[in-house]
Amino acid sequence: MGRYTLRRLLQLVPVFLGTTFIVYFLVWGLSDDPFAGKCGQRECSASYVAQMTERYNLDDPLIVQYLKYLGALLTGDFGQTFSGTEVSTLIATAYPVTIQLALVAVVIEALIGITAGVLTGLRGRGFVDNLVLVSTLVLIALPVFVTGLVLRQVLGVELGWIRTSVPADPTLGQLLVPGFVLGSLSMAYVARLMRTSLVENKRADFVRTAIAKGLPRRRVVGVHMLRNSLIPVVTFLGYDIGALMGGAIVTEGVFNIRGIGGLVFRGIQQQDIATVVGIVALLVIVFLLANLLVDLLYAVLDPRIRYD
Amino acid sequence: MRRLVTAVAAALAVALLATACGGGGGGDDQAAQTIGIEWGEPENPLIPGNTTEQNGGDVIDALFAGLVKYDVNTADPSNEVAESITTTDNRNFTIRIEPGWTFHDGTPVTAQSFVDSWNWTAYGPNAAEAQSFMEKIDGYDEVSTEAPTAPTMRGLRVVDPQTFTVALTAPFTIFPLTLGYSAYYPLPQKFFTDRAGYEAAPVGNGEFRFESRTPNQSLTLVRNDQYAGSVRPQAQRLEFRVYSEIQTAYDDVVSGNLDHIRAMPSAALAGDRWRTDLGGGAHQKEGLVTDSLGFPLYDPRFANPDLRKAISMAIDRQAIVNQIFGGVYRPATGYATSAAEGFVPNQCGEFCTFNPQRAQQLLAQAGGFQGPLTLTANSDGGHDPYMQAVANSIRQTLGIDARYTPVPSFSEQRRLANDRGFTGLFRNGWQGDYPSIETFLTQLYRTDASTNDYGYSNPAVDAALSQADQAPDIASADQGYAAAERLVLNDMPNIPLWSRPVIYGNSARVAEAEHNPLNRQDTATYRLNPQG
Repeated sequence: MGRYTLRRLLQLVPVFLGTTFIVYFLVWGLSDDPFAGKCGQRECSASYVAQMTERYNLDDPLIVQYLKYLGALLTGDFGQTFSGTEVSTLIATAYPVTIQLALVAVVIEALIGITAGVLTGLRGRGFVDNLVLVSTLVLIALPVFVTGLVLRQVLGVELGWIRTSVPADPTLGQLLVPGFVLGSLSMAYVARLMRTSLVENKRADFVRTAIAKGLPRRRVVGVHMLRNSLIPVVTFLGYDIGALMGGAIVTEGVFNIRGIGGLVFRGIQQQDIATVVGIVALLVIVFLLANLLVDLLYAVLDPRIRYD
Repeated sequence: MRRLVTAVAAALAVALLATACGGGGGGDDQAAQTIGIEWGEPENPLIPGNTTEQNGGDVIDALFAGLVKYDVNTADPSNEVAESITTTDNRNFTIRIEPGWTFHDGTPVTAQSFVDSWNWTAYGPNAAEAQSFMEKIDGYDEVSTEAPTAPTMRGLRVVDPQTFTVALTAPFTIFPLTLGYSAYYPLPQKFFTDRAGYEAAPVGNGEFRFESRTPNQSLTLVRNDQYAGSVRPQAQRLEFRVYSEIQTAYDDVVSGNLDHIRAMPSAALAGDRWRTDLGGGAHQKEGLVTDSLGFPLYDPRFANPDLRKAISMAIDRQAIVNQIFGGVYRPATGYATSAAEGFVPNQCGEFCTFNPQRAQQLLAQAGGFQGPLTLTANSDGGHDPYMQAVANSIRQTLGIDARYTPVPSFSEQRRLANDRGFTGLFRNGWQGDYPSIETFLTQLYRTDASTNDYGYSNPAVDAALSQADQAPDIASADQGYAAAERLVLNDMPNIPLWSRPVIYGNSARVAEAEHNPLNRQDTATYRLNPQG
């Protein structure tokens, strides 16, 4: 497994270079005048434009600009925003809360989703099955911002149970509702995925064999059925963790969580190259690592899968 | 299976730990004394001469005190740091500074502090955003270029530590009134000796001191007990909190998590909900912000003033204001707003009044209009609903194919303006810099002025503005500006739509927190209700 992991890690390098270059190219290369809106309704002074052009090496060919940026990045210098704030400081203040929120969301969606899936998958048709099917359908149909705004309005403004915004240093309790909102869509998918997977495996040969062997039901369900049925669910959760680590623009906006999603969104809006490329570079790595972790988890879940 | 259970348990434990630590709120007592203010990340380091946008400006106004202060209700100017501003010819001004003012680091505020600050802002290589505010000072042309031929402006001279003189290139009667703008604030010595230190912890001479800042989250100021101004600040501490959506900030104010909001979401304006929600905390006063629609006069299709007036008369301003802004905005009757000194009502007359028949008549006189008429605004600024409504109003009244064609961002809109790339009407928002009718005219309609995006040039207007600049006293200057405004309106290079009042809201905890008509927070007035 060591060599496999190493190979996968090496694959990160070209992917990382490619994505950062594309993002760099998109942000700088597509606008002929990145400073057009920087001075309100007035046109920016020539000296301002000259200074900014020098600071971001805009006079060089795009590829040279990119290499200079990359060189600084590799020495740990993420660069500065137009307002002179270090991008590394921005990331350092925004990332912890994003990770917390993503973990809360994944834990909520895994706990509720898998439980609901197991309950319905084992019992088959009935009231619980219909309840889960209908409620997951509702969650899938609702866009996240609707769920978020409705919960904020009802629980926050009308009932006063939660704060309408999440403060800078949130407690676990304050992240529960945003985490639920963020995880709600995936939670519905997890429940359905788990249910389908269980129902399929119910009729699988290895389950019949296990029953024929006379194993107790707990062991048949717990070890043979659940473990094999979890594989698609884990794939999905792994992908989801990677995606959630990239921030959640909508949920962060609704609850004013100062996370990475909103940061990168504003960076794109203001064409703040250093912020955008810096964060995207980081997110690419996080996403690739999350996927690697999922692939390694397969081997843990399914004895038939071996690397090397 | 056991391995899986351990893995899940470990993941859970990490998640719980990660969320649990970092919790815990410090000092409830301190929180109880802090006024939370809705805010956004500033675009530049907090330097007065390099800040022209609202977020940075709001903090700078709390950190600094200028020569002149604007009254919180009427915007009338009165001396603050200045003891006297005198002149005999409206070109050479002698400014005396009141003794006793100090910066937050204890150093005194002297004439040199102002002169150094203004010279820094004007100096080309510093690339300060408010540079053009110094352009009337003698010697500006030599220092403002990329390769300056002089280090400082010769029009500024320090006479003694409490006195300096300002020589302008031409008489400008209302000059003292403009000195309350943040670009004219003084800078401490620390700024010049330790720039990085200043940017990390700005030092001013105002009613609040800098305490701390977390980029993209919040900025905290504490009361300056050495403040030398006439109105003593009351609030213990101000926390400017960054919000990405105004609706969230609004809900926070309504439910008591935040104390002050600087604007209202449109959902709250609809049906006057904000007044019901906020009760006594809802505030509205006349301001200096206008919306208008400019013509690209470099496009020959718009050369005929009658066509431009016809389009102006085809817009039912009152109906749009009622439907989209809950009746809160004021339909414009000219370029200036009533909060500005020198404002004359109804300058535009019938040309800004909705009159379908007369509009059609004028359009016919002008020979009609060929092809689609585009209306452009940036869709990231919340302009879509009213731009759509204006386009509909023009289409229904004149029967021409008027369409709203948004561009994605403000910077794209500015790029088109700078490149003279508009092919139809474009939206203009203008925030007056000081409470005078002049702020709505010179920068917008003088030939080649900094925000003359229309390509408008009328020698008669230029002459009228110059004459008003040189008037012997403020009253006659104002009359001169009003006359120039009428000349511009008769050419209609820019269709006035409406003025936006200053709107803000306070939570139930706040006793007082006022904005002045310039939509600047008067933080000296900020006060919490006594706690029982």
